[in-house]
Amino acid sequence: MLSFNSSNIISKTKTISRRMFLLSSFKAVVLIGIFGRLASLQINDSSKYRSLADKNRFRETKIAPPRGIIEDYFGNQLASNNKIYQLHVVPDSTPNIDELFFRLKNIIDISPRKLKLLKKKISKKKSWDTTIVSDNLSWAEFSRVNLFLHELQGLQPTVSVARFYPDSSSSHAIGYVSEISPHDLRTKAYLQNLNIENVEIGKTGLESALDEQMLGSPGYLRYEVNAYGKKVRQVATDKGLKGKTFRTTLDQSVQKLSSEALQNVSGAICVMDIYNGDIISMVSSPNFNPNSFVHGVSHDEWKGLTENRDKPMLNKALSGLYPPGSTIKTLTALSALENDIVNPKLLVKCEGYVDLHGERFHCWKKKGHGIVGMRTALKKSCDVYFYEVSRRLGIDRLSATAKKFGLGEKVLQNYSEEKIGVVPNTKWKKKELGKNWYIGETLHSGIGQGYFLTTPLQLSLMTAQIANGGFKISPRILVDENEEVGNLQRYLNHKNSTPGNVMSADDQIYNFNLQPLFRNQENINLVKDAMFAATNEVGGTSYRSRHKERKFMFAGKTGSSQIKRFTPEQREAEIKQKDITYLERDHAWFVAFAPVQDPRYAISVLVEHGGSGSSAAAPIAKKIIKRVIERHEIRTAQIYKKSGENT
Amino acid sequence: MLHTRLHSPFALKDKFFDLDYTLLFSILMLGVISMFAQYSSSGGQFDYHAKSHTIRFFVFFFLFLAVSFINIRFWNDYSLLIFILLILLLVAVKFFGVQSQGSRRWINLFVFNLQPSELMKVGIILFLSNYYHKISSGDVNKFKYLFYPLMALIIPFMLVLTQPDLGTAILIIISGIVITWLAGVKWRIFAYLSGLLIVLAPVAISLLKPYQKKRILTFLNPDSDPLGAGYQIIQSKIAIGSGGIFGKGFLNGSQAYLNFLPEKHTDFIFTLYSEEFGFVGSAFMIFLYFLITYRIIRIGTITRSIFGKLYCYGFSTAFFAYVAINMSMVLGLLPIVGAPLPILSYGGSSMLAMMFGLGIVMSCNVYKNNAIG
Repeated sequence: MLSFNSSNIISKTKTISRRMFLLSSFKAVVLIGIFGRLASLQINDSSKYRSLADKNRFRETKIAPPRGIIEDYFGNQLASNNKIYQLHVVPDSTPNIDELFFRLKNIIDISPRKLKLLKKKISKKKSWDTTIVSDNLSWAEFSRVNLFLHELQGLQPTVSVARFYPDSSSSHAIGYVSEISPHDLRTKAYLQNLNIENVEIGKTGLESALDEQMLGSPGYLRYEVNAYGKKVRQVATDKGLKGKTFRTTLDQSVQKLSSEALQNVSGAICVMDIYNGDIISMVSSPNFNPNSFVHGVSHDEWKGLTENRDKPMLNKALSGLYPPGSTIKTLTALSALENDIVNPKLLVKCEGYVDLHGERFHCWKKKGHGIVGMRTALKKSCDVYFYEVSRRLGIDRLSATAKKFGLGEKVLQNYSEEKIGVVPNTKWKKKELGKNWYIGETLHSGIGQGYFLTTPLQLSLMTAQIANGGFKISPRILVDENEEVGNLQRYLNHKNSTPGNVMSADDQIYNFNLQPLFRNQENINLVKDAMFAATNEVGGTSYRSRHKERKFMFAGKTGSSQIKRFTPEQREAEIKQKDITYLERDHAWFVAFAPVQDPRYAISVLVEHGGSGSSAAAPIAKKIIKRVIERHEIRTAQIYKKSGENT
Repeated sequence: MLHTRLHSPFALKDKFFDLDYTLLFSILMLGVISMFAQYSSSGGQFDYHAKSHTIRFFVFFFLFLAVSFINIRFWNDYSLLIFILLILLLVAVKFFGVQSQGSRRWINLFVFNLQPSELMKVGIILFLSNYYHKISSGDVNKFKYLFYPLMALIIPFMLVLTQPDLGTAILIIISGIVITWLAGVKWRIFAYLSGLLIVLAPVAISLLKPYQKKRILTFLNPDSDPLGAGYQIIQSKIAIGSGGIFGKGFLNGSQAYLNFLPEKHTDFIFTLYSEEFGFVGSAFMIFLYFLITYRIIRIGTITRSIFGKLYCYGFSTAFFAYVAINMSMVLGLLPIVGAPLPILSYGGSSMLAMMFGLGIVMSCNVYKNNAIG
């Protein structure tokens, strides 16, 4: 029994041990497998898994850096950034969102429609995400919310930064910012890489042109999030790079005055430095409040702006197209002189009209001007004289001169909305209208009617290039701090430093590398002298608007661009402009340069449907010119100052 | 005479010398590591989980010592009774069990919820060791003597599988099969049975719950459903891999902290540990488990009784299987079946079963020279 038992034990033990050895070997293989896997994960692929773990736990939110500032020539802010008061809500930390909104409705002004939209927005987000309830509260509302904050659990009053425009006078030149639209994202390449929520971008004007540089480089907030996406802690922040600040050539003081001067009319004013092309003022009226767009313009306000007869959203200074009217006579005269078509001493008899090929061409003065020479014709703006001159000159020569002086092309490179207008000639008509040119059209063109279309900015450039002695300038609205002093500016500096040393035109051109627009500078001087007469001599068209004080004296040319030709009956009845319906009245023009003996500035004033230039536009120019000349000293003192020094 | 010496009042002191201290300290070391791991899995605080895990470890460690000092003969004599008791408990679970997350696994004992299936992992080893100890080596492959072991495998397996708890059911049947195989059941018989199993596989698959089927499918291609069932495997691999050689440091495991890691107290506790202590820490832990397995096998070789040998060999294999399955699972080598890591994972019944099982191993060591009739 015992022996059986022990032999049984021995045989069992044998089997068990043998099989256990096999099993242990198998275990060793498994162990090596696990060990190998561990090593492969933790040693070989460690960096791959580490980046996957970081991808799990980090989330980044891009933040927009403060937008670049736009300053005027003196460092005054035309577009700045302001503190704004906002309300944010985190649904997670509020016990009852409906109750919260009900209470909030009694504290701040919030429409039921907006509340409905908000609730929809919140329901789409995660419950710990922040939603903006109100993006621009007044201080009064903000402090009221803070007062009742203990009843408004989950609400976060927040102070943020947004675009702010101190006044509306530069609304067209500067433009406005607003939320990114899907269209912007499609068309503007730089926005596609930006990828920030809640950022306002430039829509028009300089805001649009300089948008990319003013946006700066976005920063980011890096958060650690848990598996459910809830933010656990903030890991890193990068504030990004502040947008670039731009200094413009505009003078806020003149901008404000120009804006005031056009307060009750529709029109535009441009003021330009005739030597360096600085745009000192560029306003369009009526303007709009650019601040309205920053947080989304209301439906009613937008409707009011777009349906307004006077088109407040249009920058008339560079997008408004008008026939130049009699202001073109300066170029008609100049062109005729330059091409030796007429002698300045040519006399023409004005009987109030002239007949050509059976068509009657009227002078604005029914009784006629009698016998007039070029100086008198410009001074009194005699149409019959210029009919005769342009008949002899021909449209193609006039067109060439007009183009030379800046008509028919963009004045500035910064505005996509700028229009180029029309400078007609025989080729143009054939190409655009497919018809031959009629001599009658030359006569109309010679007094700035017909096909001619110009912007107020183009006419101020034209006037500036006449006033500076006939040299080409490149207008600019941005101050380039690194720009070298322009040739014309160097010539001016030389002239100011050596008074009495009169240099011939050829020497000027040779020594300062100037670009003359004339063949004979005498011709330019003749035109300038005639413009002097038009303002400062009895019988001149703008005589009533003249400055008597020497310092402010200016020389100008009036103009009115015809909307609708008078019928013979109206002409017979001597109907006054103010007696016809507003929309049929002529546009009033006035272009001028000042001061007369040593010109520095050129101005163009347009008043839509203002009637005549002498009554509607010239008095406005008179006011502006005075302000511009008053500010001449401090402006020249500013020339070599860099931006920011004055802020 | 031998009998009297063993039962003399001075024996207890001697028995302390008979303990396997390498095994004991390895267990203690793992227990200490498990406390740190649980503390970390609670987000770096001594909360309910960490606290109850610590208390359990110490209570069951004393149970382990107590079991060690009970004569191995006692465990041999009562193993059938223990097995029947556990079967009854498993049946009771079917009727009075506490249900949680779609499965019925626990019995409410008022003080704590007991999971009999965990105890069955040890119970089946005890029973089969005792059974093969009793029958003669010539009878092992006789059909009559195959019937009981087969029933002892199938009944608990089916009871646990239908709770449903695939992981524990697999671990139970692995433990059982290992003992029958060690006892000398021929390869041929296993081949027949597995052939039968393949035939019955479609039936078994139809019994699987949809989530269990999905888990197996997901294992085969975890990237097919990265946010669903594959999520656990992917996140676990990310956590372990990102730990690198030296780990992210204690309490610094981002995957665990930010809740990317599922079940971090229980099945994925190794992942958490591995993320924080890296390859070096993980290798040390694998070494501890290896050491424990090795010491158990060693006790098996020096113990005289067939019961003791079978039990130690079987338990060491089962213990190793638990570790290997859990680690392979979290390393993405096996599908997620829900198998805890011995001692480290949170769970009272699992801890109780492991410490009880180790206690019997230690008893084999203390009473290694006892022959069992």
